[in-house]
Amino acid sequence: MGVLPYLVAGWVFLTGCYGLATSRNLIHAVGCLSVCQAGTYVLLLAVGYRHDATAPVFSDLKPGSRPVVDPLVQALTLTDVVVGATVTALLLALVVQISKRHGTVDPDELSELRG
Amino acid sequence: MDDLLPLLVAVPLLGAALLVAGGRLVPRPVAETVGCAVAATTAALALVLLLNSSPPFLEWAGGWTPVNGRSVGIVLIGDGPGLGMAALASLLTLAALAYSWHYFDEPPSGHAGSFPALLLLFQGGMCGFAIAGDLFNAFVWFELMGVAAYALTGHRVEEARAVQGALTFAVVTSLGAYALLMGIGLLYARTGELGMHAIGRGLDAHGRPDALVLAAFVLVMTGLLVKAAAVPFHFWLPDAHAVAPTPVCMLLSGVMVELGTFGVWRVYGTVFAGPGGVPAPEFERTLVTLGALAAVIGAVMCWYQRHIKRLLAYSTVAHTGLFLIGVGVLKPEADDGIALYLLGHAGVKAALFACAGILLDRYGSVDEHALHGRARELKGVAVLFTLGGLGLAGLPPFGTALGKSVTEEAVGGPLTVLYVAASAVTAAAVLRVAGRVFLGLGPKPADGTGSGYETTGSGERPETRHRLSRIPDTMTAVPAVLVAGSLAVGVVPGFAKVVAHSVNETGSAGVAASAHWTPAGVLLGLLSTLLAGVLALLAVTRPKTFAAPDRALWLRRLQSGHVGDYVAWVLVGATVLGALTLPGLLGG
Repeated sequence: MGVLPYLVAGWVFLTGCYGLATSRNLIHAVGCLSVCQAGTYVLLLAVGYRHDATAPVFSDLKPGSRPVVDPLVQALTLTDVVVGATVTALLLALVVQISKRHGTVDPDELSELRG
Repeated sequence: MDDLLPLLVAVPLLGAALLVAGGRLVPRPVAETVGCAVAATTAALALVLLLNSSPPFLEWAGGWTPVNGRSVGIVLIGDGPGLGMAALASLLTLAALAYSWHYFDEPPSGHAGSFPALLLLFQGGMCGFAIAGDLFNAFVWFELMGVAAYALTGHRVEEARAVQGALTFAVVTSLGAYALLMGIGLLYARTGELGMHAIGRGLDAHGRPDALVLAAFVLVMTGLLVKAAAVPFHFWLPDAHAVAPTPVCMLLSGVMVELGTFGVWRVYGTVFAGPGGVPAPEFERTLVTLGALAAVIGAVMCWYQRHIKRLLAYSTVAHTGLFLIGVGVLKPEADDGIALYLLGHAGVKAALFACAGILLDRYGSVDEHALHGRARELKGVAVLFTLGGLGLAGLPPFGTALGKSVTEEAVGGPLTVLYVAASAVTAAAVLRVAGRVFLGLGPKPADGTGSGYETTGSGERPETRHRLSRIPDTMTAVPAVLVAGSLAVGVVPGFAKVVAHSVNETGSAGVAASAHWTPAGVLLGLLSTLLAGVLALLAVTRPKTFAAPDRALWLRRLQSGHVGDYVAWVLVGATVLGALTLPGLLGG
């Protein structure tokens, strides 16, 4: 399948990092973190891809009759999605509290902790 | 006995679920007793397994054993170092629960179980990470302990600083975790395996390392070093430690950060140490460089803090640097030394945080300047805090001194100077605080903020419902026990030998080394204690010359509290990792 999906995964990951580093809004920053994580989904799924293979569901398929894509990385991706959902939910809850306590969601204006 | 291994994770997770489900129905003492009982059961289990861990346990969860040498199952490894970390994490969790017994105020009333439940979740994550035998599960446990730690850091949601610190911690560490997962994906792409040993064999079978191995190494190490808070991945740590509730700080500084170092050691030894991985000189250069940077920057920043919890947090950064150097030199003696150092440090650091928590709850401040001379009445706490400072310096016979001397002997040369200097400066900062706050020594420092660019630590809300008029016994007993534990690491005869044996049995390429007191080590320990004492005395008597905060202003400006800056530093750190590792892969 070539190197393209891996480049896409790296690109998505770095895009998220760029967004995080330059973000002016914490909700946007949490979104960027999810973009970083989307890079890991692309990478994992690309690793398991095979040409001319079908989904690894054996209800209507005789095992060994035709190639299937790697189900293991799909399981990993699913776990990763669950982890990501937990982290995003917690982060958004923290952003809500920051908005309440600091009155802003702009990271440039949070100056309680420094030095 | 192998079957008991998963219980290390299952017991705390079940306990947490029980507390969340039933916590609102029972009064607070019941919930806390259940929490303590579960943590203690897990600790006992970890200790029993640890005592029987030679040869190491291997457990394929759910019976998914390998077929023809290949496996898709989850493997747990119960060897000495892993079970030792699990036992340490469990014992510290128990200490944190005991410390917060009855007195720690939790905001959501009617949820008596929530705080102990989160601590148990944290414990389960740490135990899981310690015994994970495959990389993907290591990632999952890494994130589980991460999520529990973020929630615990921001537990006092009414506090502006707490939620900010928790968010920074969460974003930076999660980014590290995703980098780790990217690396795991690349390793799976190359070898088709997830078990650490299996990946190592797969890489070796593939032949010489190439760009993919380098990328995987950089990504995996980025994730682990963010957790270990190596410079320049460390920025989240002071922000999180300064705002987390005290019992949580004990766990974060005492064991979670060290689990990152443990992860580096475990992953390099099993995955990248072979001919198909990263050559040893490259690994050594990378870790010694980053470790030395962390030791220097941590020590300098520690010296210039007035917020006591932040000061202790920076001393953790400095000590993590020392641990990373010890892991990086790849010598069996250094591994033994670091294991002992880590155990001794955990006790001392957790005790120091516990004492800082007493100050916070008694006076509503952790500002060294504002507290000047105010804590004269707390004689017992003063003794414990000073003992903690001396332990940090490496005064024999503390466990820290034994570990440090064994490591110093293994690393040799200029790095020994770094060990002595970093431990002396961080300890001097602690002793300076002790002298000012508990004894009222020296002139009273000006209360205002000098450069304006610092976190003072005044105006913090106590964690107890009201300011304490009397310090509860549990809050003083816990640091006393922890300091005693740190002493025991150095004093109990044969303990060092057992630790060295179990570390060398599984890591260090099976080469056995011995760890014991040497005259040179004792002298170096005494030297760094003496240095610490002199420095502290100078700082107290001549604050203008020795503790002017403007000196390191350029360094302090880096700690901007801005999450975007910290993310940029993580990327810089990953690039530096790659640059340091690259030459060996090009050369041979």
